[in-house]
Amino acid sequence: MSQDNAWAVPDDTQESDYLSAKSAQDERAYSLLEPFDVDGGIIPLDQGVDILIDAVVPVLRPVFQIMAQPIGWCLNAIEYTLLLIPAPLAIILLALIAWKLSTKKIAIGTGLGLLMVGLIGAWNEAMVTLSLVITSLFFCILIGLPIGIWLSRSDRALSIVRPILDAMQTTPAFVYLIPIVMLFSPGKVAGVVVTIIFAVPPMIRLTNLGIRQVPEDLIEAAKAFGTNRRQLLLKVQLPLAMPTIMAGVNQTLMLGLSMVVIASMIAVPGLGLMVLQGIGRNDIGIATVGGLGIVVLAIALDRITQHIGNQRA
Amino acid sequence: MKTKLSVKNLYKIFGQHPDKALKLLDAGKDKDEIFDETGQAVGVQNASFDIKEGEIFVIMGLSGSGKSTIVRMLNRLIEPTQGQVLLDGVDIAKMNDEELRQIRLHKISMVFQSFALMPHLTVRENVSFGLGLAAEIEHAEQVKRADEALERVGLLANGDSFPSELSGGMQQRVGLARALCINPDVLLMDEAFSALDPLIRSEMQDELLRLQAEDRRTIVFISHDLDEAVRIGDRIAIMQDGVVVQVGTPDDIINSPANDYVRSFFRGVDISTVLSAKDLAQTQQPIIIQKQSTQCLNSALQQLQGADEHYGYVVDEQHQFVGVVSTDSIESAQQSNLLMGDAYLSSPDKILFDTPVSQLISAVAHAPCAPPVVDDSGKLIGVISKTLLLDALDRQETQNESR
Repeated sequence: MSQDNAWAVPDDTQESDYLSAKSAQDERAYSLLEPFDVDGGIIPLDQGVDILIDAVVPVLRPVFQIMAQPIGWCLNAIEYTLLLIPAPLAIILLALIAWKLSTKKIAIGTGLGLLMVGLIGAWNEAMVTLSLVITSLFFCILIGLPIGIWLSRSDRALSIVRPILDAMQTTPAFVYLIPIVMLFSPGKVAGVVVTIIFAVPPMIRLTNLGIRQVPEDLIEAAKAFGTNRRQLLLKVQLPLAMPTIMAGVNQTLMLGLSMVVIASMIAVPGLGLMVLQGIGRNDIGIATVGGLGIVVLAIALDRITQHIGNQRA
Repeated sequence: MKTKLSVKNLYKIFGQHPDKALKLLDAGKDKDEIFDETGQAVGVQNASFDIKEGEIFVIMGLSGSGKSTIVRMLNRLIEPTQGQVLLDGVDIAKMNDEELRQIRLHKISMVFQSFALMPHLTVRENVSFGLGLAAEIEHAEQVKRADEALERVGLLANGDSFPSELSGGMQQRVGLARALCINPDVLLMDEAFSALDPLIRSEMQDELLRLQAEDRRTIVFISHDLDEAVRIGDRIAIMQDGVVVQVGTPDDIINSPANDYVRSFFRGVDISTVLSAKDLAQTQQPIIIQKQSTQCLNSALQQLQGADEHYGYVVDEQHQFVGVVSTDSIESAQQSNLLMGDAYLSSPDKILFDTPVSQLISAVAHAPCAPPVVDDSGKLIGVISKTLLLDALDRQETQNESR
């Protein structure tokens, strides 16, 4: 019996002692020596955010729903096209595109990788994920490029936007997952939005960096020959910043792919969902299939975009 | 010659509060005091000079003397704090952005020390860069004019190369072609040849002088190298701590430097290559014999004996140099009843006014008397005696020693 006692739950008296001790602590007067030992914090940020979300979501939801429209169109168009083309033809087409953008070697690798994805039974999921990643990339460039250009021109803007970019990259996705779902409804569009939040910072940062790294004497020479702001940007700054901007595109793609699993938690289908289901059902097999699909897509996209960047440099 | 570009009371103060610095400058404070007091850096103060049409105007000074700042204020790559930059009488400093852009597109172009060629464009695209910015010129015309400019600098065959494939000298030829391609009124050259090695540099100087002989363009050339300045400059402005301390021809500056700073530039410089025959000749008055008639042998002899001189220089009514006579040659001509024309000595030969001093040392040393110096129309300017030449060379020695 003594053994039973050893494994037993602490008895009621001890438990109530512990609880009462805690409640006694609660009633204790505020002490400057332990200034932060206040339930819920001195500044009730959590409650503030809750109130704000409750107030703002119903108002902004329609606005965000409208904003979501173009994302939805773009996403559906790409996904529809990728799934409409018969898989063997799609593999050949994608390999040819890879060849056009990079080298024969990378193209063959891409083709073989996609063939394997098909053989292990993750073709449709891979195409859904690919369309999601491409859509995210498209909107990241659309948003990131102009913001990056703007930041390269204004130190003040950079000092304000930089911490925001830091926050976007470091805030755990789970924190903004729920508000995003509240605003956009669960599904693929919300998945793209979450991916954009996480993946757009490198696009902005590297566009800014690339333009700032253009040698000052070239800028001076261009100005001396009479460039206006637009010509300076299009004829000198962007072409010379292109290798760095392509590195931004590459980073954005990689971060986008790494969001696939998290996005699947808000009902985004694709390879991420396979992984999530695998974890949920304790089915290592299906999780591996999904995971392998993500890795194949990641490596192929990485090599292709890296090659484009190096080519320019 | 007409004034092309005129700089009037030009100031550049770097910093947030130029007014404070300007006030202190008016109060007579110097650059360092102003920087300590206000944190404003004086780049250029009260610069004024006129650049004539078709001349090469060299602005010379040590690094930090404000010469690069001043040239950038001419096309407003750096905004002047105060003052005027008049191109054909129009103030560039007051232009709005669009007017300024038109000036940069058509009137003023620039060659840079670092070449500053666009690495992503071919040589031909680099050369037509300026033309491409002006919307009105068609592509075919751009290519044609770029090729013409490349041909002038001898790089027509390299039009499709990228700048990184060319040597430094070739890259700067591309820089020059790019600047010439828009056919500018004024060419600004900011230490254009300083990054090149000495052999290529002098080759490029020759190239510039050759091009300049073809089109007599107004060129503002920035340099820290006196040899270069003297070699290519029609006139030189010398800057010290943001102030233009002296403007003049190379000879003016060498012969009468405004202060020790200017003088210091010439230390170690071989004066005999900088000075020419006329700089020495003008300083000594020889015996001039007017050739009036054939019956003047007597009067010539009297003139020489009266001055206790052995040699005389004969000129005609237009002051054209005719020949050298000596008391001996006149006397022997008189004895043989000959005329003045037979009394001329075979030596010394006349020296052209622009012969560098370094090339006339042996002529002066071997001549029986001081050789005469004539200008390009044959008029006698003066003579150079051995004493005079030694004096000039000695002056240089003392300067070098005092360094």
